[in-house]
Amino acid sequence: MNDFTYHAPTSLDEALAALRGGGDGAKLIAGGHSLLPVMKLNLASPTDLVSLAGVPGLGDIADGGDSVTVGAMCRHAQVAGSAVVQARIPALAAMADGIGDAQVRNAGTIGGSVAHNDPAADYPAACVALGATIVTDRREIHSDDFFQGMFATALADDEVVTAVRFPVPARAAYAKFANPASKYAVAGVMVADGPAGVRVAVTGASGDGVFRVAEMEAALGASFSGEAVAGVAVSSDGMLSDTAAGADYRAHLVTVMAKRAVEACG
Amino acid sequence: MPTVTMTVNGMERSGNVEGRTLLVEFLREHLGLTGTHVGCDTSQCGACVVHVNGTSVKSCTSLAAQADGAEVTTIEGLANGSDLHPMQEAFREHHGLQCGFCTPGMVMSAVDLANQNSDPSEHEVREWLEGNLCRCTGYHNIVKAVQAGAKAMGGGS
Repeated sequence: MNDFTYHAPTSLDEALAALRGGGDGAKLIAGGHSLLPVMKLNLASPTDLVSLAGVPGLGDIADGGDSVTVGAMCRHAQVAGSAVVQARIPALAAMADGIGDAQVRNAGTIGGSVAHNDPAADYPAACVALGATIVTDRREIHSDDFFQGMFATALADDEVVTAVRFPVPARAAYAKFANPASKYAVAGVMVADGPAGVRVAVTGASGDGVFRVAEMEAALGASFSGEAVAGVAVSSDGMLSDTAAGADYRAHLVTVMAKRAVEACG
Repeated sequence: MPTVTMTVNGMERSGNVEGRTLLVEFLREHLGLTGTHVGCDTSQCGACVVHVNGTSVKSCTSLAAQADGAEVTTIEGLANGSDLHPMQEAFREHHGLQCGFCTPGMVMSAVDLANQNSDPSEHEVREWLEGNLCRCTGYHNIVKAVQAGAKAMGGGS
């Protein structure tokens, strides 16, 4: 890992100033569980790392009635164990409880996960299926517009995610076929029946990152049952192919996981 | 070079580190606390697990700078003099180790579990140890040790 200057700001303004001061080489660090592994491989070599750990107000979970807002610095374990999330969006709590392992969940954050947008991360599927809004220091971005392909998002270089706001669905569930070593999704499908209708979002499978399956959404809109999606095949074009699974197998898994998620909705 | 200060096993410790210095490097190479091991260096094996502010984390995937001001507990901080911590004693009693390389991380992870759950089921222990890999014995005796250690701790560390 190349060396860098570490900044520990104690306010959002200080964090933004440090980020701008570092120019192109500056990056934010939250829990570091996506960024540090990438830096160890020298796939990223920031000159300045700006920590959000000391910035107040980013670690709360709030029940807003028809929505739940999760602060960007909330750890996965915090989301999984939150009484509010468990009561209002149990599928989100269960999804967070399935990320990585206990120690990863004690360090990794929701803000870091969505900003990194790993194509096999779980949160992007939850955000897109639930129709979440990503709140930043300057604006609100709907998740349909936020995730823009592998490791790419709508964030500006000096923009800070401060929270993610999830509309409360009538029902939702996440089913993941996990890589046995990393617990990243080989294919993960979140199904949500919420204010914007039925949405089906897939992570882990495509080289472009999270995507929706319109045919499944239409089928579930007509009949919300596992059988409705069991016959909807997804093309293997553009699917990832690696030691965990080939493209054809991933495409097959998407349908299987979608059926399981629908059935888990009850 | 920036200075970091943290409370390690109850003692305040400071050192000059690079930005990129990992917490595990600070513990092992600056403080000489070599009980915390580096196995995979990719946050999968759990040999490097320590407690930061009371929760278990992988110190190979934490910067020393991120732990500035924190309370850190390593495997060296568990025993009370020559009296082993109940979780260490349980690992000895139930033969929960063979070569011992993974053991410090296993024990630190297990103590975190026991602090939350004084009577974990076998399934709960196996789920919790997802992030701790043992390449010698398999997990049978480790699971037994963790269950016994958690009971012996009685909900406290």
